[in-house]
Amino acid sequence: MITYIARRILWIIPVLFVVSVITFVLMHAVPGGPWDQEKRLPASVVARLNQEYGLDQPLYAQYINWATDFVTGDLGPSYRFQDRRVNDIVADGLMTTVQLGVMAFILSVVVGIPLGILAALGHNRWPDYLSTSLSIVGIATPSFVLGILLIIVFAVNLGWFPTGGWKGPETWVLPTVALAGFPIAVIARYTRASMLEVTRKDYIRTAQSKGLQRSAVVNRHMIRNALIPVVTILGPTLAFLVTGSFIIERIFNIPGVGQFYLNSITTRDYSLLMAMTMMYAFAVAFLNVVVDVLYAYIDPRIRYS
Amino acid sequence: MATISRPVPGTLVRPRRSAGLWADAWSRLRKNRLALFGLVLVSLLLFTGIFGPLLAPWPYQAQDLKAVAAAGGGPLPPGSPNHILGTDQLGRDLFSRLLDGARISVSVAFVVQLVILTLGVPIGALAGWFGGRVDNLLMRFTDIIYAFPDLLFIILLSVAFRDTAFGQAIDGLLMVFVAIGITSWVTVARLVRGQMLALKETEFVEAARAIGVKDRRIVTRHLLPNGMGPIIVAITLGIPGAILAEATLAYIGIGVQPPRASWGSLIAEGQKWIRSEPHLVTFPAIAIALALIGFTFLGDGLRDALDPKLKGKQ
Amino acid sequence: MSAAEVPTVIELSPEDVRREQLERTEVRPAGQKADVLLKVSGLSTHFFTPDGVIQAVDDVSFELGYGETLGLVGESGCGKSVTALSIARLVPDPPGQIVAGEIVFDGIDVLKLSQEDVRKLRGSEIGFIFQDPLTSLNPTLTIGYQIGEAIREHMGLSQKAARERVVDLLSKVGIPRAADRLNDYPFQFSGGMRQRVMIAIALSCDPKLILADEPTTALDVTIQAQILELIAKLADEFHTAVLMITHDLGIAAGMCDRVNVMYAGRIVETATIDELFDDPRMPYAWGLLDSLPRIDDVKGERLRTIEGLPPLLIKPPDACRFHPRCIYEREICREDEPELTRRGSDSHYARCWATEPDGWIP
Repeated sequence: MITYIARRILWIIPVLFVVSVITFVLMHAVPGGPWDQEKRLPASVVARLNQEYGLDQPLYAQYINWATDFVTGDLGPSYRFQDRRVNDIVADGLMTTVQLGVMAFILSVVVGIPLGILAALGHNRWPDYLSTSLSIVGIATPSFVLGILLIIVFAVNLGWFPTGGWKGPETWVLPTVALAGFPIAVIARYTRASMLEVTRKDYIRTAQSKGLQRSAVVNRHMIRNALIPVVTILGPTLAFLVTGSFIIERIFNIPGVGQFYLNSITTRDYSLLMAMTMMYAFAVAFLNVVVDVLYAYIDPRIRYS
Repeated sequence: MATISRPVPGTLVRPRRSAGLWADAWSRLRKNRLALFGLVLVSLLLFTGIFGPLLAPWPYQAQDLKAVAAAGGGPLPPGSPNHILGTDQLGRDLFSRLLDGARISVSVAFVVQLVILTLGVPIGALAGWFGGRVDNLLMRFTDIIYAFPDLLFIILLSVAFRDTAFGQAIDGLLMVFVAIGITSWVTVARLVRGQMLALKETEFVEAARAIGVKDRRIVTRHLLPNGMGPIIVAITLGIPGAILAEATLAYIGIGVQPPRASWGSLIAEGQKWIRSEPHLVTFPAIAIALALIGFTFLGDGLRDALDPKLKGKQ
Repeated sequence: MSAAEVPTVIELSPEDVRREQLERTEVRPAGQKADVLLKVSGLSTHFFTPDGVIQAVDDVSFELGYGETLGLVGESGCGKSVTALSIARLVPDPPGQIVAGEIVFDGIDVLKLSQEDVRKLRGSEIGFIFQDPLTSLNPTLTIGYQIGEAIREHMGLSQKAARERVVDLLSKVGIPRAADRLNDYPFQFSGGMRQRVMIAIALSCDPKLILADEPTTALDVTIQAQILELIAKLADEFHTAVLMITHDLGIAAGMCDRVNVMYAGRIVETATIDELFDDPRMPYAWGLLDSLPRIDDVKGERLRTIEGLPPLLIKPPDACRFHPRCIYEREICREDEPELTRRGSDSHYARCWATEPDGWIP
């Protein structure tokens, strides 16, 4: 098991390498450069800046420069915010983004799984209809629409929460709900389907034939097995939360790192863009390993092989 | 392949021939009310996507400035004369723009899935059929694509090529199709690979091999038709994701170029007026919701109808 | 065939069916044994599906004495398994429902019990061995836990005593190093070993009855014999009655004193095993016997099979249910369903016009 985890984590390195090369090449294929701003700089100034930042070197040399710095933990200078290092920019917003993502993830799991279980246990009765209707609303509402609606209803009309910002628990509620809405629906639907599938299994009939109480059949035999396939969608869910967070940060004016992603592309802020891509790629790849380990933990057939 | 046929009541003789796989699936689908509802929504979306411009009272970019000026400058509310769902602040008819948006969503839904099919099915089939190194290569590649945060990759691609001829094609939509397709094909490739691996071991394929049927023929005549069901289901259930991705991109200003507007960019524009004229957000949001619900229900229904595991069970 | 051409099904409500069944239920051959453990009379279990009402078990009656092993033989889909599930009221509802009949187990009217009381009967008084040991054990729980579960639920033993009992059961069913294997998971056992675990579960609370539903069908032939021997040995040791459900008359012959042959939801012949092999009185039973390999077979002769498939049981007409596949079939077989009537002895009954005293087969 430990060698498995180690191998999976080591495998992240080549993945990150390929991601970084693709991004680097694509980024430099984009016409224009970091110095194309509102007022055009004289060619001599651009040449001097390019030289200073090493942008006059061939692409492979630039990549090697970037990669050497990256490996030592130096994300380089920002081209756009010229007095700042990318490390500082990232450090400022990272915790906020992580916090938003983690809270939304917890909310998705804590609400989504019970919702799915309740729906399956009350199959074709009101708990099922209620839960299914909620998840339909969830999958039919893009997170940006949900965000706007939440702001209008709960911030503007009811005034219960602020419209944006990130200064204390009352500002956390709406963005977290907006981000978690879609994953809650997906997890609930998946859990319900998985529970209904498990209900038909032979070993559930065996459990019933032992004369166990209904609660024992449900808790020990059904839920645990039903959650195994649910774990597999936690990976995509985390990826969704990671990338979805930057839309939510935009809508709610949250000072996370997500806002920099789009900006760094449009302003050709090469080092910032690379840092953002690597961070997101690492987060997704690493969380996928975590999910797989969790999967092995819950399913003994995998744990022991 | 044995299929469970509908029994004929009141007789002791089993029907000799069962209905085919597809007829059987269709009869299941017809009994599923949610799936039928989904089918109706999808048909409606298809219809408006194809014939929308003919039905639209105004061209999507036409500005009824006189009406806006007469009303005092802002967007017209729903129910205004000549503008059943109102207009934006430039006097552009919301209903007509929604119909044009349906065309964009339909093309996203189908073109993206076409890209996914043309990439995913052959690659998955090759990997599954040949196994070994080819298979390994594909699996490693999918790892990388999975690790690429897809929305961010689409944005990067879209912005990178925004100013090129390619990026400008079809009002900026071509780029979106390709970008979404590139990030999504691996799911289908993996699925086809899995199908291929499972089917390769089945007796009818072994039989075909034993009598000397060529590889290519086995794949095209035996494996693909038998693996069709799950692929169709995956494609259908992938459509909401594509529509959602396009809407999200349009919302942040990537993809479709003004004056054309997709439902996502209509919401972005309408957001500025949300306090006084919420319909500019709610109508496009409802349109998106109906499209997502339609494809999701239809996909669920297809899965239940085509999934042999669930066959014969209630 | 397009879906539109399928004739519409007249929907029957459970109440309608129950009324109809009650009218049809007649007095069955009275029990000869005074000490019956299980008495099933007029049992009908139907499945209410969108395609119509499937009469999976239709007016089935039989008895089983304490410690006796009774065979229930027939093709798959004939209603054997549903009969067994009905006895412990485990038929999945919806869509299944017991619509008529009486099941008296050890003097208790099972169909009148509350859900809670039936639950207490399951596992403690009635044990189950299911067909497929690969799917019948929970993949995520250790086998020690799965065997101990019923013991803790029904016997009120302490953790330690329950554990000892589990180890004891495991060694009784022939699992080597039983104490070391308690924490293993089902996937770490072979098919035959898993079926031994199932047997341990079935026996865990000293039940009076074991319902063994095709317990060896999913196993290799060599393992089959071992498992059957084990069931026979332990049933004897625990003085447990066994309802042996199988499609294989050979297995029934080796295990049972008496056999009920089921076809299309009905019992079509009931006899001692000798009577059935010497003088079967129902063409379907002949078919079953003919399809057994025999030691005295002429070399090169092919095993005979019964042509055709069993019917689907939606609104079966009033006719012998076997007639479409029967080579002796005559007009009356198509027009009227025969009753289960006495043949040579008190223990031999058959449902066939042709072998009635005035029939056309002597």
